[in-house]
Amino acid sequence: MSLAKPRLRFSSVMLALGLLFLYGPMLVLVVYSFNASQLVTVWAGFSTQWYGALFRDEQILSAIWMSLRIAFFSASMAVCLGTVAAFVMTRYGQFRGKTALSTMITAPLVMPEVITGLSLLLLFVQMAQITGWPADRGMATIWIAHTTFCSAYVAVVVAARLREIDRSIEEAAMDLGSPPMKTFFCVTLPVIAPALVAGWLLAFTLSLDDLVIASFVSGPGANTLPMVVFSSVRMGVSPKINALATLIILAVSLATLLAWYIMRRNEAKRQQVLKASG
Amino acid sequence: MMPARFAATLKRLQLGRRAVIALPLVWLTLFFLLPFALVLKISFSEAAISVPPYGPLVEVVDQTLNIALNLGNYLFLASDSLYVAAYWGSLKTAFISTLACLLIGYPMAYAMAQASARWQMILLLLVMLPSWTSFLIRIYAWMGILSNSGLLNNLLIGMGLIDAPLRMMNTQFAVIIGIVYAYLPFMVLPLYAHLTRLDNALLEAASDLGSRKLNTFIKVTLPLSMGGIIAGSMLVFIPAVGEFVIPELLGGPDTLMIGKVLWEEFFNNRDWPVASALAMVMLLLLLIPIVWFHRHQSRELNE
Repeated sequence: MSLAKPRLRFSSVMLALGLLFLYGPMLVLVVYSFNASQLVTVWAGFSTQWYGALFRDEQILSAIWMSLRIAFFSASMAVCLGTVAAFVMTRYGQFRGKTALSTMITAPLVMPEVITGLSLLLLFVQMAQITGWPADRGMATIWIAHTTFCSAYVAVVVAARLREIDRSIEEAAMDLGSPPMKTFFCVTLPVIAPALVAGWLLAFTLSLDDLVIASFVSGPGANTLPMVVFSSVRMGVSPKINALATLIILAVSLATLLAWYIMRRNEAKRQQVLKASG
Repeated sequence: MMPARFAATLKRLQLGRRAVIALPLVWLTLFFLLPFALVLKISFSEAAISVPPYGPLVEVVDQTLNIALNLGNYLFLASDSLYVAAYWGSLKTAFISTLACLLIGYPMAYAMAQASARWQMILLLLVMLPSWTSFLIRIYAWMGILSNSGLLNNLLIGMGLIDAPLRMMNTQFAVIIGIVYAYLPFMVLPLYAHLTRLDNALLEAASDLGSRKLNTFIKVTLPLSMGGIIAGSMLVFIPAVGEFVIPELLGGPDTLMIGKVLWEEFFNNRDWPVASALAMVMLLLLLIPIVWFHRHQSRELNE
């Protein structure tokens, strides 16, 4: 019973310190975004002028719009591709090429970004030489690159869910004569839907965040948000970037809070149904 | 008639099955495997002033097929101490950072796994949330904290601990802080996943049988969480070796890392063959950790 009651344990202290370490720097960013001074390290009074400057910056705004579009299309394609890969891996038993597929679907998880970026650029250059496409690199090439590495993350998330669910429902549907396609769309898909949403969101944030791969496969004129932020940050600290950081942190926190709320409500509903039926 | 119709249905099912397998297999072969073959190919070609900036590997000259396998790029890497130092620097920095992540992350994951179910959910979200915001901006945050006139130096001077600002920015220390900060969630998550699966009855049994806490931890908890330790360490170590953004923003002239060297070789020198050779050697160095991680991951994926 000595395990049950937590006193002030070493691991709890470390957890608190670890969270402080994770959130301290982000808090500093937020605080200094309201600094009146151009110098990020000296406090000179409260001001929201950097937010105004941010919203007047055409380059940043168009980069945000571009990044959002790429992230949306990449995440959507990655969910399709990753789900099919996860389904094949967990439901198809043995087939020729299974080892190759499982290697290729998990490898992007740990591949250093510079290698992925370089290799895809070389592919696009070669393709352009042979087939004439892509004539110039930009949104389409970034979309392909992001889809490829994001589908690996989706596959892991969806495969975990596919292994978790009760297979007897799918088998019952098949036994009753439902074709595989119909079984997948009417039985399997609704059950794994939460994993698809989670995978989509993960792919969306990964695509939105990528600097290295996009820098390799992008061409002149196509700048994503990380590329614009990077070229600005390289010159040193700038309060405009602090304002942008604050808005990103705010958006992510709100989205997380919303997701958490929906999840809790669904859980409560399920408990009620279970109680009513039991 | 029944068997014929049955056979036709079976054939259709087989065809459908093949098509479903083919979709991810073809996509990944085209956009993942083929690009690597190209990197390998170009690493053996010679740099040239052309578009694209490398010479052909296979040439037909006077009706004879010339295959020029140029090892020069690899010999060049071995002969220049800059590249050797960059590889060594990357491996060393990644190793120290992984160790630091493990030492910080393990107790965190342990405390999370011990918390009540409601708190586990909240703590998990708290650990994950930073990794959903921008990676670049989280590294940028440290630029303001670590610089000579930065927050940390001001704080230390204000407290009277130091007289002159410490040089922390543009050092190896800053790079390690950056890597630990950016990759800590990826260490905590797999550790937490393994530690929650740990059966508390085992710990109670050990305690009932008179095992001390430390002994129980070393003989029961640690071996059972080994999968998490491997997965977490590989998720930090492998990307850290090839890291570009962190050494570029927080590192200085003395912190050579291979990701940064590759980037400069490619974008500044426009030497694609040398950049390709650098990538191939990096991949070779990472082959053992990648295979190890893959084995572990596919075991979990297939069960």
